[in-house]
Parts: sequence; C-alpha cells; structure tokens
Amino acid sequence: MSWFKKLLPPRIKRDKHNSKGSVPEGLWVKCGSCEAVLYRSDLESNFHVCPKCNHHIRVNSRTRLDGFLDPEGRFEIGSEVTPVDTLKFKDSRRYSERLEEATQNTGETDALVVVQGTLNGLPLVAAAFEFDFMGGSMGSVVGERFVRAVEAAVDQKLPFVCFLASGGARMQEGLLSLMQMAKTCAALTHLSAARLPFISVLTDPTMGGVSASFAMIGDVVIAEPNALIGFAGPRVIEQTVREVLPEGFQRSEFLLQKGAIDMIVDRRMMRERITNLLSQLTQAEAIVA
Amino acid sequence: MHLYLFRLQPQSLIYCMKTVFLEFEQPIGELEAKIEELRFVQEDSAVDISQEIDRLKKKSVTLTKDIYAGLKAWQIAQVARHSQRPYLLDYIEAIFTDFEELHGDRAFADDPAIVGGMARFGGRPVMIIGHQKGRDTKDRIYRNFGQARPEGYRKALRLMRLAEKFSLPIFTFIDTPGAYPGIDAEERSQSEAIGRNLYEMAALKTPIISTIIGEGGSGGALAIAVGDATLILQYSIYSVISPEGCAAILWKTADKTSEAAETLGITATRLKALGLVDKIIPEPLGGAHRDPQTMAQSLRRALQDTLKQIDGLSVDELLARRFDRLMGYGKFKETEPN
Repeated sequence: MSWFKKLLPPRIKRDKHNSKGSVPEGLWVKCGSCEAVLYRSDLESNFHVCPKCNHHIRVNSRTRLDGFLDPEGRFEIGSEVTPVDTLKFKDSRRYSERLEEATQNTGETDALVVVQGTLNGLPLVAAAFEFDFMGGSMGSVVGERFVRAVEAAVDQKLPFVCFLASGGARMQEGLLSLMQMAKTCAALTHLSAARLPFISVLTDPTMGGVSASFAMIGDVVIAEPNALIGFAGPRVIEQTVREVLPEGFQRSEFLLQKGAIDMIVDRRMMRERITNLLSQLTQAEAIVA
Repeated sequence: MHLYLFRLQPQSLIYCMKTVFLEFEQPIGELEAKIEELRFVQEDSAVDISQEIDRLKKKSVTLTKDIYAGLKAWQIAQVARHSQRPYLLDYIEAIFTDFEELHGDRAFADDPAIVGGMARFGGRPVMIIGHQKGRDTKDRIYRNFGQARPEGYRKALRLMRLAEKFSLPIFTFIDTPGAYPGIDAEERSQSEAIGRNLYEMAALKTPIISTIIGEGGSGGALAIAVGDATLILQYSIYSVISPEGCAAILWKTADKTSEAAETLGITATRLKALGLVDKIIPEPLGGAHRDPQTMAQSLRRALQDTLKQIDGLSVDELLARRFDRLMGYGKFKETEPN
C-alpha cells in the first residue's frame, strides 16, 4: 500500500471490487431521490436509507446480509456452484465476458448470495440477490443456490428469508433460466411441507421471472418502500396498452393497496419486524439485544 | 354468439382456407399457384396435362423437403406462429370427445385466452387446459392473442385442483406469446398468479403432461407447463424471451431478431439436446397447418404413450419423480468450497 493510500481514511477504499457498486464510493454521497448530499458514514449507519427523504438506496447482497444477520456464526452456502456458458451465448458481447466483468465489478461469482446465521438469536438461512451482477438475473446458478438454501433450511429445520432485487430471468442462459422459476418454486414445496416459514422481501427492483416465481409465494411477503415490483416492465406495458401509466404504478404502495403484498417495512426496522414475524410463526424465543 | 358457433367448427375452417406461405416459403407458394392454375386449365382442356401437374406436385414436395431441412430458428418461430397453425380447440375437436368447457376463476372473471375443461381421451376422463389464440381478427381480440391475464392462470389452477380431487390426469397445451403485459394484469398480480401455479403444480397429486403446440412464450407458458413430461411439436418454440424482445434488449435493434432466435436456443432440437423437453412430436411436411388431421393423430399417439409411462406410478412415486425432474434443470460448475 502506498503512503498516500495509508493516509486516506479507511472509509474511502478505492479498490476495484467496490468501484461500481450501487452506492458510489467516496466521502460524500448524493441521494438519488432528493439529491441531498450525505456523509457516507451517516448513510451506512442508517442502512443506506437517506435520512432526509427516506429513499431506500440499493445495496449489494453482502451489505444487505451484513446489516440483517447477527455478526456471529455466519457461513455461506452454495458458493461452490458457479456459472457456465452452456449456450455459447453471444450478442454484442459473449456471455462468458459479461460473467467475467460482473465478477470483477461485484466480487461475486453470481447473482445470489446465501448465508446461514442468526437473527436476534433465531437461527435461519438468508439469501440476497446481487443486483449489480447482470441485473440480479436468475440463471442456473441462482436457481441452484436457492435450492441449496432451501435444502439447508429443511435439513436443519430453519426458516428461510430471501431479499430480492432482480430484473428477471437471465436471457443468456435461454430456457435453462426459465426453468429456474419452476425449480425454485418446487423446492419451496418441501419447505412448506416441513412447516417452515419462507419470508420474501421485495426490494427495488423485483421484476419478470423472479417476480413471477417465488417472490409472491412467501408465507409473508414484505416490500421495502417505493420499490418497483411487477411482472412486465413499465416500458413494455406502455408499448402494449399505449397509455401513460398511472403515478406510483408497480410501486410497493400500489401493490399493498391492490392486496398483492402483506406489508411495507422500512429497512431500518427490517431486523425487528422479521424477528417478530419468525418468532410468532415458529413459536421460538428471540434474544433481543 | 358468433364466437360460439365459430368455436364449434374450427377444423372445417382450417380446411377451407388456402395455405398461406411464409416469406421463406415463397418458391413453394409460386409452384403451388402454378399447379392450381394448371388444374383450372385442365378442367376444360382437350389436352391431358395431368402428368405435368403430377410432376410439379412432386417438385413442390421435394422443394418443401429441401427448405424445411435447413430451417433457421427464426424461420421455425414463424411456422410456430403461423396464422393457420392448429390451435388448442382444433386439437380438442380432433383428439378428445365429450368436451365440457369449464369457465372462470370464481374470483374475478373468465379469461378466454385460456380454455379448460373435462373431456374423454380414448374413453377415459381427463382434464384439458391450454392457451387459445384466435383465428380471425375479432376472435384474436376476444382471445387476447393467447396472452392470459391472472384470472386465466387462476382458472387453470382451479381446474387442476378439480382434476386432482377426482384423480384425472391433466393435459396442458401451450401456445402463447407470453402472459399479458397490461395495467389490469399487474393490478391483479400477474406475478402471483404465475408463481402460484409453478408452486402448486410442483406438488399436484395427479399426472401432468404438457405439450408446446405453438409458441411457448416465457413465464406465461411455464405457468401451465410444470409437470411430469414436456412434449413439443417439431416446429414449436419455447423461450425465456421472444427473439424480438431479446434483440431489442441486448442488441438494441430489431434487425438482430434472427441472431437472437438462433443463440437463444428456442427450437425443439436444441431444447431436446439440453434435456429441457422430453419428446419431439414430428410434424407433417411443411408444418402442422398443412395437414392438421395427421398432426392431431401424431399428437394423440404421443400423449397416449407418455401417459402410459407414468400411469402406473403411485402418487408418491409420481411426485418424487417430478421433483427430481425439476431439480435437474440447470447447468453449472461445481468447485470445491473455499
């Protein structure tokens, strides 16, 4: 490390892995919604929610799980599963190149991270989508890791919580991606048969094939405020119906009003609310610090 | 009322239509027009030109064989979407007897883009569920081009539950560009309707056999295609996204639709090689629409054979087999955990 880098405060790490994250690195961060300039560490201690306007800034999978789980006793599940370019897919660029680039930018090998740990002392399996990895798209690896997460939960009789952020199925794996929708939902039937809860948390954005598979079949379906959630993208709908979409269409508040989700939960309250839900569903005692 | 009458005689309608030739079939179309012309001349001609007609007919067959031997994925997609391709109601008419259509999701509406009901298959009662496209403009609008709304998928699930209760095997038939992307569909949670079906079908206690008879468009297709076997007609397609949609997103131009179709691997042979479909049902020369009766009989035999294979299984065996099948989908590497 050079003398200059040593002088920089540790918050301004400029290593390659973080350079393209959802939250731009630097000492100061501009809120994407109200444009308020915020001090980075304030934002981090506020779970990346803008203290001025409550805008929920997108966070990557590790930050998400880090803020959600208790610090002790975590271990990752399914990282041994990595992607292959079965179709030799090539558009303007090769799928293999896109994978490589996504790995470099995010430090992840695919778009789902699964960690077993505890939440206020309640053991559980938690998964989070990495939206920066090819738009959080679901291909074979996401499907397989999801299944392994569910299997781990079933084997150890644990609840399963999944944080979603995805543009949908991964086109570069063709129909293999579509089949992950069926695969993930089928796995959940075993969790259900074992009477173990599945809580799905929809964050911005949850669209397409991910939305139209396990997202909406949680025992409890939670959304973060103002997240875009839907089957078809707004542009596609606009082109189909040739109408301007109503204000707030496909946002969490709209879904709540239409009866599609159970509740909207502020990210800062997520730990508390899910602890409460899980302890009631499983009749287990949480250890609230 | 008109639609009702139309619905009862779908076969006759296909038969009286002149074959529509696709762009890449133009040489065949020209030849067929010539044959037609000669036939017309022959009727009041003193010279016997039947030999010439026979020669041209043979030539037309050879030409069709040649063209169809080298079809590109995008050309196959056009055959799958052919305006004269047999639809679900045509197959119901040709393969099943005593069809009783059942309507509605009991919550919101009846969706004409999905047709379902009980019928007899070789005398045995079964449940039929599938997408239905329209034949003429009015009917196409009525069927919403085969794009189902949430109530359609919920009707499908209701009928599947009914089949489960009375131990009827389920045949589903897939022919849709995709689930309907509309404001109303989103308001009633298209996502939930599709996801719920995937989840419920995975553990439904009766055999489910799905056949892609035309277009298998993404989640809207899969929502009634989870089960114990997936069959596909030779020139049907099954895809995660339409080639047009894929080209628009990845290449940012519709000009690359043909490339997108190729690389997406949407054809029966590619899907069979990937292990994503179980059986390809051959189509008559030039596609199903050239000879709907023969097509229907091949489909009937394939359904019969497939049903026979899973008929003897107990419910537990059936569900374990289905679960393993679903878990087997996907291609990935497995490395040593770090």
